[in-house]
Amino acid sequence: MPFGNTHNQMKMKYTSEQEYPDLSKHNNHMAKVLTPAMYERLRSKQTPSGFTLDDVIQTGTGVDNPGHPFIMTVGCVAGDEETYEVFKELLDPVIQDRHGGYKPTDKHKTDLNPANLKGGDDLDSNYVLSSRVRTGRSVCGFCLPPHCSRGERRAVEKLSIEALASLTGDLKGKYYALKNMTDAEQQQLIDDHFLFDKPVSPLLLASGMGRDWPDARGIWHNDTKTFLVWVNEEDHLRVISMQKGGNMKEVFNRFCTGLTTTLFKDRGHAFMWNEHLGYILTCPSNLGTGLRAGVHVKLPNMSKNAKFEEVLKRLRLQKRGTGGVDTAAVGGVFDISNADRLGFSEVELVQMVVDGVKLLVEMEKKLEKGQSIDDLIPAQK
Amino acid sequence: MPFGNTHNNFKLNYKVEEEFPNLSKHNNHMAKVLTKEIYGKLRDKQTPSGYTLDDVIQTGVDNPGHPFIMTVGCVAGDEESYEVFKDLLDPIISDRHGGYKPTDKHKTDLNFENLKGGDDLDPNYVLSSRVRTGRSIKGFTLPPHNSRGERRAVEKLSVEALTSLDGEFKGKYYPLKSMTDAEQDQLINDHFLFDKPVSPLLTCAGMARDWPDARGIWHNDNKTFLVWVNEEDHLRVISMQQGGNMREVFRRFCVGLQKIEAIFKKHNHGFMWNEHLGYILTCPSNLGTGLRGGVHVKLPKLSTHPKFEEILTRLRLQKRGTGGVDTASVGGVFDISNADRLGSSEVDQVQLVVDGVKLMVEMEKKLEKGEAIDSMIPAQK
Repeated sequence: MPFGNTHNQMKMKYTSEQEYPDLSKHNNHMAKVLTPAMYERLRSKQTPSGFTLDDVIQTGTGVDNPGHPFIMTVGCVAGDEETYEVFKELLDPVIQDRHGGYKPTDKHKTDLNPANLKGGDDLDSNYVLSSRVRTGRSVCGFCLPPHCSRGERRAVEKLSIEALASLTGDLKGKYYALKNMTDAEQQQLIDDHFLFDKPVSPLLLASGMGRDWPDARGIWHNDTKTFLVWVNEEDHLRVISMQKGGNMKEVFNRFCTGLTTTLFKDRGHAFMWNEHLGYILTCPSNLGTGLRAGVHVKLPNMSKNAKFEEVLKRLRLQKRGTGGVDTAAVGGVFDISNADRLGFSEVELVQMVVDGVKLLVEMEKKLEKGQSIDDLIPAQK
Repeated sequence: MPFGNTHNNFKLNYKVEEEFPNLSKHNNHMAKVLTKEIYGKLRDKQTPSGYTLDDVIQTGVDNPGHPFIMTVGCVAGDEESYEVFKDLLDPIISDRHGGYKPTDKHKTDLNFENLKGGDDLDPNYVLSSRVRTGRSIKGFTLPPHNSRGERRAVEKLSVEALTSLDGEFKGKYYPLKSMTDAEQDQLINDHFLFDKPVSPLLTCAGMARDWPDARGIWHNDNKTFLVWVNEEDHLRVISMQQGGNMREVFRRFCVGLQKIEAIFKKHNHGFMWNEHLGYILTCPSNLGTGLRGGVHVKLPKLSTHPKFEEILTRLRLQKRGTGGVDTASVGGVFDISNADRLGSSEVDQVQLVVDGVKLMVEMEKKLEKGEAIDSMIPAQK
């Protein structure tokens, strides 16, 4: 987490060598990119809100958390929209490494028109147990979770509640503030798998997400429990559309409708977005669409096939356990989702999931019958 | 931990009410003292090194309370914290240190010859004796706030000072980041090794940043004098040995401390001290002497006696389990130490331990013989 030391005024008396972090045991994107010379050039800078280079990198995932056994972590976070500009010398290469060679001059395309998705309403529900799409959004005019003050966080909560209260029809719902949730409400939200708790992962804690918990944090969901918004967790907003079965098209419809009708703009606070980085979020890994669309799918045979990893890679998909990131698969059921976030539109990413999962299920069925899948192996997308 | 938000330039755009933390579920000294008025008065202030009110209180906001002990809920980032934020810290110090007033003077006495007795605690009961304190080095900010450069400079100075010691104090420094497995095992077996803090009381105060950079353990060849560098304070100094010769432990403590201080003073980096607060340390609970003098003592009968707590209170002693703070006793063996830190001298406090433990061992022996201890119950010291 960016600490008091990140604004310690004595540190400029020390040379860059004396202040440069020891990254010798580190394996994350920041550690690969940050040189002593770069540290020297950036260390005296700050964004208008006062976020410094040490704020960007201190966050546990960086200097304090050397690396994760399963995933290559990013190792830095943004404290506000301007972070990506003031510290571009560090963040552009990190973004490039993380997002498949995305260049500082590239433009990102946003497409939240669900009509542009082809198919996706017929994934075999004997295999596809559930479908889900999530993204994050940052609200203009406020600092991000690593850096926001209590006043800012509360203002984001207030605005979010107002905006969500304006949703109607099957999106109509209710807000549950974490700090005054009743035991019954809490139990229900746990049973629904909706409740998020105080972060315990050092990757998140060291980024400052846990400060002042549970002040101004909450969960909003619609009455039918298919559209859910987390307020002030890792991003200002996390927006989730989900349901049982394989109708990803419907999930994506609801996702797009909900996102485009929440009326933040009318209240003078649009979402942070620019044509280079798309939607601006706390972690550089979520830039662009911030979108992870996925299914829980039974692939007991396919997942044991020697070509499984290669197939996923070619389809631009990734696998996780059914507990989400950092978990293992249980009973041959995998969480399969898009690997990309930036440089592709929302429609394109969901299309990859829909087409890719359809193919994986076909392969599973072939393997069940003892047939070969060699002629089904796709080309690199 | 004091985070980036503690220097967020936008928070002053929000009113005091909007920024004031929600302390309704909190039970720590800070929460009892901090009012909106005090917050309003202090929130735009900072020490010369840039430490803010939010830096001071973040750890108390994030940790509402501890089940066994009344925590302090705030930390200093530098010597000046105690001056700039005196409106908050003076009442906390008064609550924590038995009514100590802003005008009171603290007495320092590290002349071990002023201790009476203490060399004859019965080793059939008193298994080990130990005295510890902390020291902060002038010219550097404290562990919640210091930069990597400052922390490394503290380490460098400390290693120079310690490696110049000779005679009974000749020893060796083991930096945490380059310790061999063999060294680590040995230090664990000796009960010397400290590890990365996991308690949120400590991590939220920023102690674990950049771990294990510039942290280390020094001890003499005899393993009776030990110094921790850059853990919760710049230095933690410990003198210890098996058995009940507290006098010898205290002698070594005083002599060693004074030798070390002389070396730091020569480099124009004496210890932080003033005549009101005594030795300045990170946590307000350790002001004054910063001293905890204690024994591991077998009191299976006395500890189950209904008057045990009352006796401890009257003797100005406190009990802990043999794992230290936050642990339970095992096999009737207790850690008994002085309760006070500020307002009495080192000699005064160790005298209380020596006299108090002697009395309790006598009581234990009486109870073993089935005799009453009523006539021995002491008056309030």
